[in-house]
Amino acid sequence: MLLVGIIRTGRSRLSRMRDVGGETMQIKRAPKTYDVCIIGSGASGGTAAKVLTEGGLSVVMLEAGPPIVPERDYKEHMWPYDLPHRGAGVGGRVRHAIGNEFMAPNGAWEIEGEPYVSAPGSTFRWFRSRIVGGRTNHWGRIALRMAPVDFRVHSHDGMGDDWPLSYQDVAPYYDKVESYIGVFGSRENIASAPDGIFLPPPKPRCTETIVKTACDKLNIPCIPSRLAILTKPHQGRPACHYCAQCGRGCITAANFSSSQVMIPPAEETGRFTLITGAMARELVVGKDGKIASVSYIDKETREEQRTHARAFVVAASACESARLLLNSRSALFPDGLANSSGIVGRNLMDTVGTEGVGYFPQLEKVPPHNHDGVGGMHMYLPWWKFDRKNDFLRGYHTEFGGGRGMPAVGDYDRVCDEFVGYGTALKQECKNKYGTYIRFAGRGEMIPNENCYCEIDPTTVDQWGIPVLRFHWRWSDNELKMAKDMQETYRAIVEAAGGVYLTRTRDDGPHPYGITDGGFVIHEIGTVRMGVNSQTSALNQFCQAHDVKNLFVTDGACFVTNSDKNPTLTIMALTWRASDYLRDQAKKGNLGL
Amino acid sequence: MTISRRDILKSLTVAAASGSVLRVIPLEAAEYAHRMVNAEKTATEVYTPKFFSAHAYKTLQILCDTIIPSDDESKGAIEAGAPEFIDLLTSENSDYQRILGGGLMWLDNACVDRYTEPYLDCTPEQRKEILGRIAHRKNAQDDPSLGPGVEFFGLLRKLTADGFFTSEIGIAYLGYIGNTYVQEFPGCPPVPETRK
Repeated sequence: MLLVGIIRTGRSRLSRMRDVGGETMQIKRAPKTYDVCIIGSGASGGTAAKVLTEGGLSVVMLEAGPPIVPERDYKEHMWPYDLPHRGAGVGGRVRHAIGNEFMAPNGAWEIEGEPYVSAPGSTFRWFRSRIVGGRTNHWGRIALRMAPVDFRVHSHDGMGDDWPLSYQDVAPYYDKVESYIGVFGSRENIASAPDGIFLPPPKPRCTETIVKTACDKLNIPCIPSRLAILTKPHQGRPACHYCAQCGRGCITAANFSSSQVMIPPAEETGRFTLITGAMARELVVGKDGKIASVSYIDKETREEQRTHARAFVVAASACESARLLLNSRSALFPDGLANSSGIVGRNLMDTVGTEGVGYFPQLEKVPPHNHDGVGGMHMYLPWWKFDRKNDFLRGYHTEFGGGRGMPAVGDYDRVCDEFVGYGTALKQECKNKYGTYIRFAGRGEMIPNENCYCEIDPTTVDQWGIPVLRFHWRWSDNELKMAKDMQETYRAIVEAAGGVYLTRTRDDGPHPYGITDGGFVIHEIGTVRMGVNSQTSALNQFCQAHDVKNLFVTDGACFVTNSDKNPTLTIMALTWRASDYLRDQAKKGNLGL
Repeated sequence: MTISRRDILKSLTVAAASGSVLRVIPLEAAEYAHRMVNAEKTATEVYTPKFFSAHAYKTLQILCDTIIPSDDESKGAIEAGAPEFIDLLTSENSDYQRILGGGLMWLDNACVDRYTEPYLDCTPEQRKEILGRIAHRKNAQDDPSLGPGVEFFGLLRKLTADGFFTSEIGIAYLGYIGNTYVQEFPGCPPVPETRK
């Protein structure tokens, strides 16, 4: 009966469970060997599962968290007063954290019993999700293509490395991903922001109209954003109903999540087995130097289990994937799997982030109206200063939002801090200020540096006995100059709109120009990077390990650089491409499949 | 043009049967959240505070009502459930227990020192005077002995605002319109020109 809790499979649950149960009993004698084992069920793992099962391969997927049931687990359409804590969480502790009680399960900066550490002098924050679908259940749905120049940065400005593949190699896969998941946007022909295959964008909100007008004055492009949210029915999924709650998870799957859009078609093939509550510990190598099995902890029984496959797709999220490789040491691979270059854990990057808030008096005069829209921005500012010399290399885009959203705890902290007094005057002031703020968030490219990496901490293990990661982090001057430029831009936009820029930053201290801690933007990538040279990279352009032919690392770990584009769309495109390659190799017999 | 949640889910169930990637969504799923909520809403005729003493809770209620009162436009913080909300959070948070629990005792002591009576027994003028001191952060710079009261009132003001503006009453007062199903997003009504 225990298996019922930990294994969820395809169309006919009951019969599949009997299958799996029988197979579990066989493990000790003659283990079932799947074609492919995927570790992780997020953007990358989900994409691999869909492509590989539809390509005819049998796939088993390990997920460290529980299954998700959207109609039970998502808090879509609840009001704050529907919960006793009103969204503030137990003890009010999520009042100022990312998201709130309503956010889709179950991302967190800290997971009980599964710590990570920052080295002395470093601050790194690691947001993890242990659940089917991973962080795609609540992500921002921002789906931007990397530009051609983003793949060849070294050729362009001499810093960092070029990717081992070009925009032209990836473009057909961007097409496939966008066509399948559904992304709205508009054709703009801007060099830094390649157009994709788009559904129509939603109309702008008042806040967006105001910012667009200000940007026009400053010659800054402000264009419809590109989000993986359906504005038309698409691939059997209904269109968005504009409740602005994508971060809570969408019961109707009108936005993209791996759990609702990638996993179901894999299940439909009948070739897919999902094992939840399975925390991968080590990839076990056979005498032939290929991975034979993955050893994992069944979290329910705390017992070690093994799953055998002919090929392994590691998609546990960039740092978790690096951790798994580094913890997979053997006589053949004493420094960890696929790490003869010593590059695994290195090249850790996040996105350069800083934020600014403006007060817009004209919004006080806007009559009450439904301002919800999709769960995210309808417009954004792509990088635009690529045609001139700047104080820093590379670029950034800008996300923004605000206005008359659903009231939430913490919304009036600023008014309460600024307002002296209480009573009807305070009440009225809160009403006057409701919906009058717009928040800008810069999202820029970081250049990898040798001070940013993760490694296995020599002394700490998690509650499953698995050694944990230790992070090292330091921004370089280029990032600080970029953050300074962001702050100046947002002040200029707010003032051009007749508003008041409220954010104050210092040029020194731990967060110069408001730059966020490493990891805070949750775009951590690059730790098992691809490349042409096996001395300086771990993977080839198909995410296949140079050292171990039946190992593929397809999540953000494979990135060479971290362009200003949010990584998820590229993760899915690269995974789709790697999965096509894996399937073709399997058909040719090159993986011994 | 709004359509009901039930309409949406009903249409989805049909769509799901014809080759959607979605699993069939049970109609009763829609009601799940609301059932959860109803279970939480126990009878509130007599509320027993989880953290505060009866006297402290009475003081807390009066303060909440003073911070966000009932007026011609809407009811106030008490009707919005702010005291219960603050009591719940405080019962789970040791910092809040120190700042709010300790703060209420500080307030009574300060009132006894100045007016010989605890806050509840002070005259409206006396209440106004002491709150006037702790409601202004600047006062703590001039008179450091007001520090605890200023910290107390600062947090209480924020939590009262939280409790009020996240209630049905507070949300209606602000004029938030949304959290619903619409088929097309209507965009922005005409925005009055900025003065500049």
